[in-house]
Amino acid sequence: MTTRTSFLSALPTPRKLGYSFNMTGRIGLLVILFWAVVAVIGPMLAPYNPGEIVDWDYFGPMTGDFWLGTDYLGRDILSRILMGARYTVGIALAAVTIACAGGVILGMIAAVTGGWFDMILSRLLDAFNGIPSLLFGLVTVAAVGSSIPVLVLTLAAIYLPGAYRFARALSVNVNTMDFVTVARARGENTPYLIVREIFPNILGPVLADLGVRFVFIVLVLSGLSFLGLGVQPPNADWGALVRENIEGLSFGAPAVLFPSVAIATLTISVNMFIDNLPIKIRDRSE
Amino acid sequence: MRQALKPWFLVLQRLGIAFLTLIIVSFAVFFATELLPGDVAEVLLGQAATPEAVAALRESMGLDEPALSRFLGWLVGLAGGDLGTSYVNRMSVAELIGGRLGNSLQLAGIVTLVSVPVALTLGIGAAMWRGSRFDRAVSVLTISVISVPEFMVATLAVLIFAVWLDWLPALSFGVNADGFWAMLRAYAMPVITLSFVVSAQMIRMTRAAVIETINTPYVEMALLKGASRSRMVLRHALPNALGPIANAVALSLSYLVGGVIIVETIFNYPGVAKLMVDAVSTRDLPLIQSCAMIFCVSYLSLITLADMVAILSNPRLR
Repeated sequence: MTTRTSFLSALPTPRKLGYSFNMTGRIGLLVILFWAVVAVIGPMLAPYNPGEIVDWDYFGPMTGDFWLGTDYLGRDILSRILMGARYTVGIALAAVTIACAGGVILGMIAAVTGGWFDMILSRLLDAFNGIPSLLFGLVTVAAVGSSIPVLVLTLAAIYLPGAYRFARALSVNVNTMDFVTVARARGENTPYLIVREIFPNILGPVLADLGVRFVFIVLVLSGLSFLGLGVQPPNADWGALVRENIEGLSFGAPAVLFPSVAIATLTISVNMFIDNLPIKIRDRSE
Repeated sequence: MRQALKPWFLVLQRLGIAFLTLIIVSFAVFFATELLPGDVAEVLLGQAATPEAVAALRESMGLDEPALSRFLGWLVGLAGGDLGTSYVNRMSVAELIGGRLGNSLQLAGIVTLVSVPVALTLGIGAAMWRGSRFDRAVSVLTISVISVPEFMVATLAVLIFAVWLDWLPALSFGVNADGFWAMLRAYAMPVITLSFVVSAQMIRMTRAAVIETINTPYVEMALLKGASRSRMVLRHALPNALGPIANAVALSLSYLVGGVIIVETIFNYPGVAKLMVDAVSTRDLPLIQSCAMIFCVSYLSLITLADMVAILSNPRLR
């Protein structure tokens, strides 16, 4: 018995290494995975065609035929939410990937090279932080019109400066460590330093930051769609679904509630997941 | 003497950065709206866009000048209070905004008056009884409000106060509300929504600021001395947390800028944000530019104010 326990405690299990998730984090992860799967296969699960008018009664209640009721034209809300997952999750994921990849790469380069490149880039991107995010989106959409590529690029541009700032601050700390100095003394070039020395050591916090930024992007995207400037009809993401059916709010129609609930479950579960990431991933310095 | 001047030097430096940022921001706003959407004169004339008419209109609007000189002209006009003329109804932009700005400021002012005392009480209370049931309830509530879009907070507020409790009107805003009670009812919904959004941020930051000072050795000393919990927090920790708290208040008020856009739209409130959203749908560029600048300036001044408070309240910089 004793040998068995000591043998078990010697095994490098995730718990021992500090990589295991607690309960809240697991629930968060589960909800995130659920929406990720829905975004991919959701339209196949939809009971009706999301664009088709299936009920002659608008703002219909929840019934056996229409699980989440019908919208202002009598379209099935469940099908529209399943389809909307693809827009909300897809656009936000694409934007956050571009924003974080760009921000992290620029941040690492700025931290390693330093000098005037670092100074000018930091000042410039800090200035862009002086524009409120929703306003940035409004102005761009007003100027070029709304389409999905425009939305992705705008949202990425809004959150790139923040990702840059975060990654640069982390990289500057790693950059002063002995192993980087040793690598420099060995004569390694800048790309090697960035890819092999800096990047692996900032990866954990950068991933946590990516989650936080994903939530921000979902919120701004929903806000833009809610103002009628995001995804354009007949397509609709969750923010646009709320906008379409806002008239039903005064009598509490399910058509306006469930898209909001969908947004909330996604953002809250990402926040739950990020807040409960194992210490090892969140912060490598400890 | 030189030591005493140091924080003021930092404040000046911060103001300089803010000014520089403002220039870059106005540059971005101008070029995003002015250069991208194609020929304004052609859009304006619509059906009547003969080449001669377009050329004449371009000349009268000054559109044939180089972009950089138009940008400088716009900037100078902006600084002198000349905001240009609306493309859509030919009214002066300053006039259009003038009537609305007061409404928006009034809304922001009431929200500030409501949310600051509530948020500070809850934030300090949560820090004082850290880990208690009260603290956890406040944390769950604030995280939920921060995690959802502003329009959802508004939706929930309408659902609870107008649909279920039937206390307040739902989505209409009575402009000619006469009498104190009618005014109160009309303002209640937008104010409740915005206060929730702003307070949530403020509570979190205040709680963090107070907890940070509670974790210092001199507060631990007060605890070991046998001071009560409330004395420890209110007498020993709070005076030193005032700087960070003021910083948190200014920073959270900057969330008003984004929130007000959504809230004015959903409740049909006649403010600058509603004006701007309407201008976006009619692509009225001079109006969008001016509104955008108003929002950027208020956002920037709140952020800069937060930084300056942080600098001036930090005794280590003195």
